[in-house]
Amino acid sequence: MSKVNLKELSLQDERLTGGHRLCSGCGASIIVRQILHATDDPVVVGCATGCLEVSTTIYPYTAWKDSFIHNAFENAAATISGTEAAYRSLKRQGKIDEDKEVKFIAFGGDGGTYDIGFQSLSGAMERGHNMVYVCYDNGAYMNTGIQRSSATPRNASTTTSPAGEVIPGKTQFRKELTDIIAAHNIPYVAQASPHNFKDLIRKARKAFEVDGPAFLNVLSQCPRGWRYPEDQAMDIMRAGTDSCFWPLFEVEDGEWKLNHIPKEKAPVTDWLEPQGRFKHLFKEGNEDLIEEIQEQIDKRWEELLHKCGEK
Amino acid sequence: MSNQVALTGNEAMAQAMKQINPDVVAAYPITPQTEVVQMFSQFVADGAVDTEFVTVESEHSAMSATVGAAAGGARAMTATAANGLALMWEIVYIAASTRLPIVMPVVNRALSGPINIHCDHSDAMGARDSGWIQLYAENAQEAYDNAIQAVRIGEHEDVRLPVMVNMDGFIISHAVENLELLADEDVKEFIGEYTAEHTLLDTENPIAVGPLDLQDYYFEHKVQQAEAMENAQKVVVEVAKEYKNLTGRGFEYFEEYKLEDAEIAILALASTAGTAKAAVDKLREEGVKAGLLKLRMFRPFPAKEVAKALSGLKAVAVMDRADTFSTIGGPVFADVRSALYDVKSDVEVVNYIYGLGGRDTTVEDLEFVYNDLQGIVNSGEVNKRVKYLGVRE
Ligand SMILES: Cc1ncc(C[n+]2csc(CCOP(=O)(O)OP(=O)(O)O)c2C)c(N)n1
Ligand code: SF4
Ligand SMILES: [Mg+2]
Repeated sequence: MSKVNLKELSLQDERLTGGHRLCSGCGASIIVRQILHATDDPVVVGCATGCLEVSTTIYPYTAWKDSFIHNAFENAAATISGTEAAYRSLKRQGKIDEDKEVKFIAFGGDGGTYDIGFQSLSGAMERGHNMVYVCYDNGAYMNTGIQRSSATPRNASTTTSPAGEVIPGKTQFRKELTDIIAAHNIPYVAQASPHNFKDLIRKARKAFEVDGPAFLNVLSQCPRGWRYPEDQAMDIMRAGTDSCFWPLFEVEDGEWKLNHIPKEKAPVTDWLEPQGRFKHLFKEGNEDLIEEIQEQIDKRWEELLHKCGEK
Repeated sequence: MSNQVALTGNEAMAQAMKQINPDVVAAYPITPQTEVVQMFSQFVADGAVDTEFVTVESEHSAMSATVGAAAGGARAMTATAANGLALMWEIVYIAASTRLPIVMPVVNRALSGPINIHCDHSDAMGARDSGWIQLYAENAQEAYDNAIQAVRIGEHEDVRLPVMVNMDGFIISHAVENLELLADEDVKEFIGEYTAEHTLLDTENPIAVGPLDLQDYYFEHKVQQAEAMENAQKVVVEVAKEYKNLTGRGFEYFEEYKLEDAEIAILALASTAGTAKAAVDKLREEGVKAGLLKLRMFRPFPAKEVAKALSGLKAVAVMDRADTFSTIGGPVFADVRSALYDVKSDVEVVNYIYGLGGRDTTVEDLEFVYNDLQGIVNSGEVNKRVKYLGVRE
């Protein structure tokens, strides 16, 4: 695979146009554009209900240059698996040109992926469709007003896990969906972040390339839901990976590999502090909450180092 | 060339699917439809069909994948029953409003709860407002015939709507009957090749399916959907005529059985119509002018034609194998009564809710209904408009 070259990328046409209605600074459109840079083939895009969908296809407009289908909230994986099956069937029967190559990709938010769409995703991955599923994980149901999901980090304040007088935001840790999908033994699974676009685009290329299902879990910044000024996104996302809150890794044919090992692990507070959703953690008396988060991240990182053969 | 065979309803339906040879089938097993999925799997395993078979993990995904396939320009099918249809619910509506000509056999079964695997129509009747065309069958032959015609009806350019092909669970699905299958070539020729006008896989002409449709357009799209249903009425007739030319079988909206000179009649759909015919024959021998209207098409509802067929009668009992819990009768009753309002007929119309959860409905039960109608004619009085048939006190 050739190296990701910024100059080459800048010459490619955009496949998601401007004029959509995502908030400025939203991670979703950045992720989509980076990922679509990773293939030259036409794609059929499936999208779960959520911020990305409602903002990019408001009838009679669409921001997508490729074929696009939105069906419902929880079924992007099943829907695209049907379209991919149609493609295989029609091609086999000679109803589609033999030389024609089409790629299939589904985008879902964390709600549409970790929670309500979990079964549909698991089914599609297990069946082995030749498709890429991308979760843009902004850690809450943003479209409906920042409700918690099973991807919401512990102690984040959301509208259904608000930080109150007694309860300090969400009481559970997030679930490791990337690991769960890796346990489906599909050809390629990876975790990425758009601030490291070279890593993300390389992973997207790999995901398009493999024969069979691929899953990308991509951290997606949301200035509105995370409560930070838009221009701090790069620092926050970098702190996300440098603190090992969001490790960058990939699992290719069962081989686990870390793609970013920080020279010095940043304290989790670098990730937490700039975000308003964690503000209550920095009140006096809540030090132990931060400590618990740090412990969990350290434990997870150790596990990953072992899985990836770094220890 | 067609051939005479002895098959169960499920076998006949599986044969219809095999002959339709859809590009994609995505289905999930549920009693009493399971055998259809199993038999179809075998066709796939034996290379008897060209179908890409998607063994989904649920009915919700079955309908979702079928939508994805149909939007990709495939001729796509699924099949289900009862709770399976209920689990699909959200996407059943989306399939219709996306104007995808999916054909779905529904092997009718009581909707939980309590859980029950036997026949009634609570599953399909619940989906009566989903925008699907609904056909019902008296027997396996009609279910087979309806499945073949459904492809043509749904795919017609003036319609482009999904079609539910209903077949009574167990009573038809598991009973063996003699029936006639069309030759494979005849089915192929009758349904023709399917070419969708816009598809996701025509990547040179990309489209956006399922966009957010707000106050400024949604309503127009809904009205277009209603117009397609209106068009379906005409298309159902055309396709039925053509099918009759080919096979000598079938009806358009309904079958009128000894209705012409009848004074009292039952309106029923599905297998109960067969039982009612036996009751009519018996009563006719006794000199009672009994008749039957067997409804084949419930959605769209052929209101004018039904009203015309019933308006000259003295009393009619509408049989509903599902309740609405509205306390004013079942779903078929509501539509029939409403249809009769415009023709200002004096016919008395009553409702019997019957056979829920597979409760057996016998010839004697239906004779009882005809007797009841006779009583209404004689006394000129209806003591109770909506009754439950064959329920223990
Ligand atoms: C079956 C169903 N339940 C609930 C909703 C309401 N709903 C729409 S989008 C959404 C949240 C989306 O969250 P996520 O998937 O994380 O995407 P985001 O908006 O954060 O990008 C919810 C709850 C729905 N559309 N359908
Ligand atoms: S709320 Fe967040 S996820 Fe939604 S469009 Fe705005 S920035 Fe993007
Ligand atoms: Mg989200």
